[in-house]
Amino acid sequence: MNRLADVSLGGKAVVRSVMGGDDVSLRLLEMGLTPGVEVRLVGVAPLGDPLELDVRGYRLSVRKSEAARVEVELLA
Amino acid sequence: MLAMSDAASETSLTVALLGNPNTGKSTLFNGLAGVRQRVGNYPGVTVEKKIGHLTHAGRRFTLIDLPGTYSLAPRSPDEMVAVDVLLGRRGDLPPPNVVLSIVDASNLERNLYLVSQVLELGLPTVVALNMTDVALQRGIAIDVARLSAQLGVPVVEVQAHRRRGLAELKAALASAAGVAARPPTSPFPVAFQQEVDLLASHLDESASNGTAPLPRYLVERLLLDTAGYLTSQLLDAGQKAPVELLVEARGRLAEAGCAVPAVEALARYGWVATVLQGVMTRRATRPVTTSDRIDHVLTHRLWGTLFFLLMMVVVFQSVFNVAAWPMEWIKDAQAAVGDWATKHMVDGALRSLVVKGLIGGVGGVVIFLPQIMILFLFIAVLEDCGYMARAAYLMDRLMVRVGLSGKSFIPLLSSFACAIPGVMATRVIENRRDRLTTILVAPLMSCSARLPVYTLLIAAFIPKRSYVGGLLGLQGLTMTAMYLVGVVTAMFVALLLKKTLLRGPTPSFVMELPSYKWPSPATVVYRMVERGWSFVRRAGTLVVAVSVVVWAALYYPHDQLVEGPFRERLAENAKKLVQLGKDDPRHGAIERDQARLRNEILGAYNRQSYLGRLGHAIEPAVRPLGWDWRIGCAVIASFPAREVVVATLGIIYNLGEDVKMDDEESRGQLAAALTSARWDNDIQRPVFNVPVALSIMVFFALCAQCGSTLIVIKRETNSWGWPAFTFVYMTALAYLAALVTYQVGMWLTA
Repeated sequence: MNRLADVSLGGKAVVRSVMGGDDVSLRLLEMGLTPGVEVRLVGVAPLGDPLELDVRGYRLSVRKSEAARVEVELLA
Repeated sequence: MLAMSDAASETSLTVALLGNPNTGKSTLFNGLAGVRQRVGNYPGVTVEKKIGHLTHAGRRFTLIDLPGTYSLAPRSPDEMVAVDVLLGRRGDLPPPNVVLSIVDASNLERNLYLVSQVLELGLPTVVALNMTDVALQRGIAIDVARLSAQLGVPVVEVQAHRRRGLAELKAALASAAGVAARPPTSPFPVAFQQEVDLLASHLDESASNGTAPLPRYLVERLLLDTAGYLTSQLLDAGQKAPVELLVEARGRLAEAGCAVPAVEALARYGWVATVLQGVMTRRATRPVTTSDRIDHVLTHRLWGTLFFLLMMVVVFQSVFNVAAWPMEWIKDAQAAVGDWATKHMVDGALRSLVVKGLIGGVGGVVIFLPQIMILFLFIAVLEDCGYMARAAYLMDRLMVRVGLSGKSFIPLLSSFACAIPGVMATRVIENRRDRLTTILVAPLMSCSARLPVYTLLIAAFIPKRSYVGGLLGLQGLTMTAMYLVGVVTAMFVALLLKKTLLRGPTPSFVMELPSYKWPSPATVVYRMVERGWSFVRRAGTLVVAVSVVVWAALYYPHDQLVEGPFRERLAENAKKLVQLGKDDPRHGAIERDQARLRNEILGAYNRQSYLGRLGHAIEPAVRPLGWDWRIGCAVIASFPAREVVVATLGIIYNLGEDVKMDDEESRGQLAAALTSARWDNDIQRPVFNVPVALSIMVFFALCAQCGSTLIVIKRETNSWGWPAFTFVYMTALAYLAALVTYQVGMWLTA
């Protein structure tokens, strides 16, 4: 399965699950990265990290290491 | 009087204001409470306690501004504050009668997540729907009446920055308070609710007599608390059984298809979707808004970086250079008041106390105001328009390397101008460990008060050599090295702190990048004035007190015997001046001699003061750094503010106290005095040479010689432990680094 960190710039994906139960995973869930939700990678910070996502109609920033906890299905 | 206050308390309402970050919560709070607000700290945590008062239709409201949060799922003591206030579990605040929940209409889906948690508390609730104008621009229309019906609580449309809808909001709050508590609504599946019931009954049974049962919301949170903070807080260490129960319950839930912790987000966002049915209509394709276009440029690899650098240069230059003008006025005003007092008071201890201790101390507080206000002007603008989050986004990668996040960048950058506003600016960092680390290393950034020390010693002792065809000067390189010493040390200290004292996982960078909007001038001005005033009010008295203590140590015992050797000559000169008359060519020379004598008396008093004696006493300790007792004494005297060291050196070297660093001649005199200084016990040996000058500079680059910074750290961390720690670690580092600098320097030059 692909990870959210693998989505290419401008690409879309559907969240399948968030792994782990620590602060970061809980925060990812709270911010709306729940199974079934569609996300789009809008941008990457100039230094290569973090990422800017479009999820549930707002912009969310996550580090690549954090996005790697999110299992996704890539959309064409 | 008593009857009146009783009547008032009957109609007085406590309202807790809660909302996501970037929803306009502070703007709404200011709009409702105006200037009638008080800022303090909750004991034991670093969360700001903001309480406002307002009256509406004869009813008094106490408004509690809770910290902005995405969720009521406490994972640290700071996050626990909001939950405890809402559940009435804090002794210092009454339980709220109404919860005012502010939501961003343009981001309703995620904002309602928090609302779903609030509704579970069972308290009367009013929802303030803010930023409907932004929502409309994005093609989002909201049926407010229907939203209110679906939520089961009143929803009031407001535009906080235009102060629209506030009267309706107050009316809604007043009438909501009269309504009996609603039955809590749970978005969770039945299987989960049953497990909560089971756990609640078990906890009630095992609870010792007399303890109030845990509110249902907290029982639920225990079940969801996979991160473990609440479990450690709410369950006694002895209660092994409940922890096992939690594990078993989670196992059963996983089998039932409600795996913890995902079940909460799924249930709440599922509930949000039902609530929004027929409430929110969105255009099929999200229109590209101005905010999107701005964001595209401002987070662009090239343009975004350039704009960021430009922005930082503007902010830094303003705090550093623009603030220099008002600071100059403050210094002039302080000097004028001091002169006036000197003229109108009788010479003696009282005059010295007023001029040096009090006026000097008050000036020492006010002098920081321009930098604080200018920095917070920028921070308020950047935060209110939505750029602050982007700045953190752009710099995160860099800061992660030292174990911090992008949010630490601006506080640390501003500390190069002055650590005080820098430390105050760390409030944007929610993570406690991150914030503390930033606060503890901020004073290592070379602030503007270190500049006079560097300039003086570099001009006097570092040769004017240049390399690479005049491009690189040795003096400039030395200055750069001093800044680098601070930065590199800060990086190591930050890394070390994050690995030891403040160990913990790297805080997440999962946060909203809010849409851009025009900053509200009222909010910006309010924020700027509030920060400045809070510094004066909360740090002022202590800074003045420290200044008075140091004055006393430098003044007493004030034994007039020290004037003895000079008296005869002074009197002789005075007699001559009268005899010669003003036009005599010798007049000027004698006046200069008089001034020199007075400065020598000042120096003599200084040397026999308690502080001067302390300088002698500590000479063995500072000798390995290449310092004589005079340098030691000047360093101790500069504890309240490091720039004082220049004036103290001036007094000790009999140049009087008016050494002006911006005046070439005055600076030259001090530099010359330093160059010709000799050790007391060895007339041949100069006190100052290059290694000594470098050792003093390195010491000042790393030491915590700034009483105001330490006091601000106390205020921000809500404890005396952290400023004490800062002082000890910085002084120890400064001492060691100065020692190494001197010893290596002497070895190299030998």
